[in-house]
Amino acid sequence: MQLDRRQLLLGGAGAAAGLMLPGHAFAQSPATIGTFPAGVSDDSVFVGLTIPLTGVFSGDGGDLKLGYELAIAQINAGSDIAQKWGLKGKGVLGRKIRYKISDTEGKPNLDVQSATQFIQRDKAIMVSGSVSSASAIALEELGSREKVLYMVGIAGSNDITGKNCQRYGFRSQQNAYMAAKGLAPVVAKALGKNIKMAFLVPDYTYGHSVYESFNKFAVEQGWKQVAKEVVPLGTTDYSSALLNIANSGADVFVNIAFGADSVVSTKQAEQFGVLQRMKLVVPNLSSFQDKELGAELMQGVYGSCDFWFGLQDTFPLAKTFVESFLAENKYYPRWGAHIGYMQTFLWALSVERAGSFNPVDVIKVMENSKAQPYETTIGKVYFRAEDHQMVRPIPILRGKKPAEMKHKEDFFDIVEIVDGESVMNPPDFFGCKLGPYI
Amino acid sequence: MPSWPVLASQAFNGLALGTLLALVSSGLTIILGTLGVLNFAHGALFAVGAYTIFVALHYTSSFVLAILIGCVVMLAVGVLLERIIIRFFYDRPDEDQILVTYGIGIVLVECLRASFGGNAQRVPVPSWGQGATKLGFLIYPTYRLQLIAIVAGLLIGLYLVLYRTSMGLVVRAGIENPGMVGILGINVRRAFLLVFAIGVVAVGLAGMLYAPVIAVSPDMGANFMAQSFVVIVLGGLGSFPGAIVGGLIAGEIISLTSAFNSSYSEVMLYALMALLLVLRPQGLFGTEGRA
Repeated sequence: MQLDRRQLLLGGAGAAAGLMLPGHAFAQSPATIGTFPAGVSDDSVFVGLTIPLTGVFSGDGGDLKLGYELAIAQINAGSDIAQKWGLKGKGVLGRKIRYKISDTEGKPNLDVQSATQFIQRDKAIMVSGSVSSASAIALEELGSREKVLYMVGIAGSNDITGKNCQRYGFRSQQNAYMAAKGLAPVVAKALGKNIKMAFLVPDYTYGHSVYESFNKFAVEQGWKQVAKEVVPLGTTDYSSALLNIANSGADVFVNIAFGADSVVSTKQAEQFGVLQRMKLVVPNLSSFQDKELGAELMQGVYGSCDFWFGLQDTFPLAKTFVESFLAENKYYPRWGAHIGYMQTFLWALSVERAGSFNPVDVIKVMENSKAQPYETTIGKVYFRAEDHQMVRPIPILRGKKPAEMKHKEDFFDIVEIVDGESVMNPPDFFGCKLGPYI
Repeated sequence: MPSWPVLASQAFNGLALGTLLALVSSGLTIILGTLGVLNFAHGALFAVGAYTIFVALHYTSSFVLAILIGCVVMLAVGVLLERIIIRFFYDRPDEDQILVTYGIGIVLVECLRASFGGNAQRVPVPSWGQGATKLGFLIYPTYRLQLIAIVAGLLIGLYLVLYRTSMGLVVRAGIENPGMVGILGINVRRAFLLVFAIGVVAVGLAGMLYAPVIAVSPDMGANFMAQSFVVIVLGGLGSFPGAIVGGLIAGEIISLTSAFNSSYSEVMLYALMALLLVLRPQGLFGTEGRA
C-alpha cells in the first residue's frame, strides 16, 4: 500500500492526538516533565507554599501555614506519626522537604506570581496554598500549564473541581455542593421546614457557588429565599445590606462571608438586631470565627467545616494531629491547619506509592486512590478520578452555649458526620473536563 | 422598586455612614489642604487608632477614658512622625511624599501584625451604646445613632480650630509664604507640626470610635483609605467642608444604591467620582490649581 503525503500527515496528526488523550492513552510517564527531575536532588525536594498571611484571609492563612509546617516537620523527621500515615523513613522517598512561604494577601495575581517564582527559580516539585477560591482556580491553571502538582488549600467553590478543574489540581476540602447537601437536612430538621431565609453573599466565585448550592438544597427542604444581598469582598461596613436583611422578614440569616468578612458582618448583624430575630446559619465556618465572635454569638449557630478538633474522638490520626499541633502551637488547630497538614501528607503518601516524584505517576496514584483509599485524620478518603474532588466525610457543627464549653476553645458540638459518598455531585455536574497529563 | 420605609431606612443609614466617612476623610484632607502632603499612611493610622482603644480598654473599663488615652497616644504618634520623618519632606516632590507615607503605612501595619497577630480583635460596644433603638420606620443600633451626634460635634470642633483660630490662619499663611511668616516672628514649623498631629488624631479617633462596629485587624484601614480618597476627590482636594459634604454624599450613594441592589453600591460611588472628575475636576469645594 502506498501512502500519499496527505494520508501520512493525517495519520501523524491522529497519532499525536491519541497521545494527548488522558488516562490509558499512554503507558509510560515522560522522563522529563515540569520541574521533574530537575527539582529532585539526591537529598531534598522543594515545595512552594502560597498563603495569605495578610488581608481578609490572614487568620485562616496563618492557621494553614502552621498545618503545612507541622506536616513537613513530622515527615522530615520520619516521626512515629508519619509512619502511622504510612510513610517510610525520613522525608519523602528519602528526600527532605525544603519549603518557602510567600504571603499572597489572598490576591490571585500575587498567588500566580509567587508560584511562578517557586516553579522557575526553586524548581518546586509541588505547590500548595490559597484560602480564596479565586486563588485556587488561578493556581491550578498555572500548575496544569507548568505541569507541576498543585494541592488545593482552603477553597470551597464548586468551580475548582467543576468547570475550572485541572489535571494537576487535587482538592481535599468538600465543595460547596457537598457541604450544602450535608448541612441543609440537618438545619431543616433542627429549625423547621417552612423557613424564610436571607443571604449575605460575597461577590466572588466562592460566594456565588456556596449561595447556589445552599439555596438549592434548602429549597428542597421547603425553605424560601426572601433576600439576597451581594457585597464586595473585604467590605468593612455591612449596614446597608443588613438593613435590607433586617427588613426582609426572614427567619434564618445565611451568612456566606468568609474569613475576616464573616466576623465583621456577623458582629454588625448582631448590632442591627438581625441575630435577635433570626437564626444564623454559616455554610462554611471560617477558622477563627468562633474565637473572634465569642461563644455568646456563636451558640446555636449551624455550619459545616473541613475539620473540628472533636473529630479526634472518632479518628486516631486526628488525635495525633490535634495533640501534636496543640503541643507545638498552644491552641487547637482549625480547619486551615488541617487542610495544610492533610494535603502535605496525602501528596507525600502518593509520591511514595508511585515510587517517584514524576507528577504524572503521582497523579495516577491519586486518581486510582478509590481502589486503595488513604487512611487519614478524617478516616478513609480518596480522590475521585473524574474531577479530583476528594470523597470524604463532612462534619456538621452547632455552636455550644458558653456554659457547656469545657475549655475556652470548645466552641462546637459535632452534630453529625455526613458520609461523603451520599452528598457527592455527579462528576460531570459542574462541567469538569480534566486536561491532558502531558 | 423598594418600598418607602426601606428607602427611608437606607437614607438614614446613609447619613450615619456619611458622617463616619467624613471624619475618616477629615484627617486626610486637613493634612493635604494645609501642609500639601498626601498621607498614604492614613489607613494604617486608622488601624493604629483602633488598636489603641483595644489596648486602652484592657487597662480601664471606661470607654470615654480609653478614647482620651487613645487621643494622647495618637497625638504622640503624630508628633513623632512629623518630627522624625514628615518634616523633611515638605519641600520634596509629591512622589517622594507619597512613597514615604506609603512606607510608613506598611511599617505601622506590620508592627500591629507583629504585636497582635493577624486575627481580628474585639472591641465591645460601650455600655451606654448597647442595643438597638426604634425609630418608627426602622430599628437602628444605638451606638451608631450616638456616633452621628459625636462625629458631628467633633467635625464642628475641628472646623473651628482650623478655620476660626489664629493658628489656622498662621498655617495657611505659612503654606503660601513661609519666609514672610517667619519674618513676622511666627514659628511656622511648630504650626505645621500641630496640624499634622491634629490630622493624625482625627483619623485615629475615627478608628477608635469605629472599632466597636467593625473587626479590629491590621489591614482594617485599607478599605477606608480608598473610600477617603473618593470622599476628598468628591469634596475637593484639601477642602475641609468638602470632606464633610463628600462624606455625606458617599454615604448616601452607598446606602441608597443598596436599597435597589447592594452589589452596585461601590460601583455607583466610583462612577460618581469619575463623572465628577469629568465635569468638575477640582471637586465640589475645591479651587483649581491648588491642592
